[in-house]
Amino acid sequence: MDNTILIKNGHIIDASQGLDGVGDILIKDGKIKSVKREGSGVRSQEKEQKLKTQNAKLRIIDATGLYVLPGLVDMHTHLREPGFEGKETISSGTMAAVRGGFTSVCCMPNTDPVNDNETVTEFILRKTYAEGACYVFPIGAISKGQKGEELAEMGMMYEAGCVAFSDDGHPVMNSLLMRRALEYSKVFHVPIISHCEDLNLSDGGVMNEGTVSTFLGLSRMPAAAEEVMVARDIILAELTGGRLHIAHVSTEGSVRLIRQAKERGIRVTAETCPHYFSITEEAVKEYNTNAKVNPPLRTERDVEAIKEGLGDGTLDVIATDHAPHHRDEKLREFDKAPSGISGLETALSLSLRLLHDGVLTMRQLVEKMTLNPARIMGLRRGTLKAGSEADVVIVDAKREWKIDPERFASKGKNTPFHGWALKGMPVMTICKGKLYE
Amino acid sequence: MKRTAGKTAYIWYCRVKMLKDLVGIKESSKEDIELILSTASSFKDVLKRDIKKVPTLRGKTTVNLFFEPSTRTKTSFELAEKRLSTDVLNFSVPTSSVVKGESLYDTVKTIEAYGVDFIVIRHSSSGAPHFIARNVNASVINAGDGINEHPTQALLDAFTIIEKKGSLQGLTIAIVGDVFHSRVAKSNVYLLSRFDARIRLIGPPTLVPEMKGYNVEVLSDMDEGLKDADVVMMLRIQMERQGRGFFPTTQEYFRYWGLDMKRLKRAKKDALVMHPGPMNRGIEISSEVADSSQSAILDQVTNGIAVRMAVMYLLSREGENG
Repeated sequence: MDNTILIKNGHIIDASQGLDGVGDILIKDGKIKSVKREGSGVRSQEKEQKLKTQNAKLRIIDATGLYVLPGLVDMHTHLREPGFEGKETISSGTMAAVRGGFTSVCCMPNTDPVNDNETVTEFILRKTYAEGACYVFPIGAISKGQKGEELAEMGMMYEAGCVAFSDDGHPVMNSLLMRRALEYSKVFHVPIISHCEDLNLSDGGVMNEGTVSTFLGLSRMPAAAEEVMVARDIILAELTGGRLHIAHVSTEGSVRLIRQAKERGIRVTAETCPHYFSITEEAVKEYNTNAKVNPPLRTERDVEAIKEGLGDGTLDVIATDHAPHHRDEKLREFDKAPSGISGLETALSLSLRLLHDGVLTMRQLVEKMTLNPARIMGLRRGTLKAGSEADVVIVDAKREWKIDPERFASKGKNTPFHGWALKGMPVMTICKGKLYE
Repeated sequence: MKRTAGKTAYIWYCRVKMLKDLVGIKESSKEDIELILSTASSFKDVLKRDIKKVPTLRGKTTVNLFFEPSTRTKTSFELAEKRLSTDVLNFSVPTSSVVKGESLYDTVKTIEAYGVDFIVIRHSSSGAPHFIARNVNASVINAGDGINEHPTQALLDAFTIIEKKGSLQGLTIAIVGDVFHSRVAKSNVYLLSRFDARIRLIGPPTLVPEMKGYNVEVLSDMDEGLKDADVVMMLRIQMERQGRGFFPTTQEYFRYWGLDMKRLKRAKKDALVMHPGPMNRGIEISSEVADSSQSAILDQVTNGIAVRMAVMYLLSREGENG
């Protein structure tokens, strides 16, 4: 079944090798065989002919006018399996991933049972091996049952395949436990991913505190609930020397704190998600449960600060925080609906808008969606170097399309971007030796 | 405020699509509000008659869907409905399938399938009436949703003030207490600000939001806030909030934001005292004030029926036109 694929004349961008130009990529047996830049050995007609005769099954893909990138890496995904298969499964979630251009996803541990022990980690990896369209790298829980009380068996989970630890969705309120996690994880050189939210300050709020929350009469959580914890975790990272990664940054204040921390040389990295630079709390008006997400959508000012943070490198990564929910769960009272946006299949297109807005260059964007998350998570992904896995996505930056959740591969149709007309989308993903068009 | 019948019908006809429901004051226009208030005064006349019933909504069906405890609002709606001759179904949550875990969506879809014309809903979730209104064809009337709005209460408050003071324009209205958790206060702010009343919100900063975008003055000093007020609207201190740290004790609360006769003297001599009920005597209002001649608290109760009759009547007319 393994065969040879030649991707011709695409605009290759690969931050790991500093590639940014037209060229060809040859894939053989699921690995990158070679990358040839235009001018430095363009395959002539004869050479191509020779390849054809050597490989009976050679497939040639003409990528003229298209971008050819390393497969995208999402370091923040909820695959919901085990336990919430009605929302998503490893099979449907990874299919959504490749449809969105992702070839590697890191899944959060808030499943049922929680991924707080090696057995669950092994289950996820076994399922992925059997059914996964792309690679899955599990994230283990920091604390047993994500209860924030005692450390989970990080070492055992690390050996089983976990690449990072997080209590995502359940912030670690106990500062001592967070300190211990940052210290202990140093043994394995893995990051601690923090969902920054002071639960006392957020006080059960369901949206951002501001004029819209007053207008809608919805209980609110202030930006300070996020920022207080960002500040705490930065201080603890400095104290311990542990590797801190801040998940889903959504406020101006958080960006400022992270920027300052980086200037002072503290080991901290950070991600944001497309919804935090694409829409504001206004999207919640009409009690739209599909715009309910945690952290909540913020203000125009925060959106601008997020963009600035992406531009100056304060925010290293664009992650999806793909959080699929069943339609029925979102079809209810706003305060009772679960938080989350189904993001894998819209992330790249929404991020491409940053190019049109002049916030990022294509090269920076690719870095934030491939190499940076791969480096933070310690994955040998996000690269097109010869010998690496043939994870490739081909992107048509000019193709116009409309977001229609009914066409998502994900079971989660919950998106506030329904009906948005966007420019640019992944047209082909190559992963695990398969082509998805 | 009175309008001729012809004019009324014309305005209503123009807004056929806009007003299927009464989900909130902020979703209603100034004209909607004026129309409801003027119609309410006709219904108040009906209520003074020997036979207090009109056949206006004969053959229509109304469901009172109360997911939260309520005495006066529910009673008031039920009386208004009976006076309008609609068939009334009282949906009581503790004996319904809601306790079996039925979703709000399924509950209202089921109720709609019975062929209901009006759904009067009270719910602890802000936006629940909006959610229902989007999903059913029946007219939805918000009888209080979460900490969002209680539109009929604001309408009856406005009706009462106009009855006593002639109009809303230029009045200084002090709203005192837990504004943040009060849907009554929110609806009142939305309504009164449309009619150029001067609104003062008074209470501890932990309980008074800024209400940016609305022309309100926020004060924590009650003596200053009551100065020369035409109307003092007291809000109920929701006892269930106590112990959640918004203020230390009810004793201390009454000391700073309770209304007694001495404080009331800061307001105008003929200032009107209002309270949406139920009152906590001795916590936010002294008995002396509540039972004084300045108190309009019982007028509010009486007017509530007329206002709710007006709302239902107007919504039903909208249905005919649509």
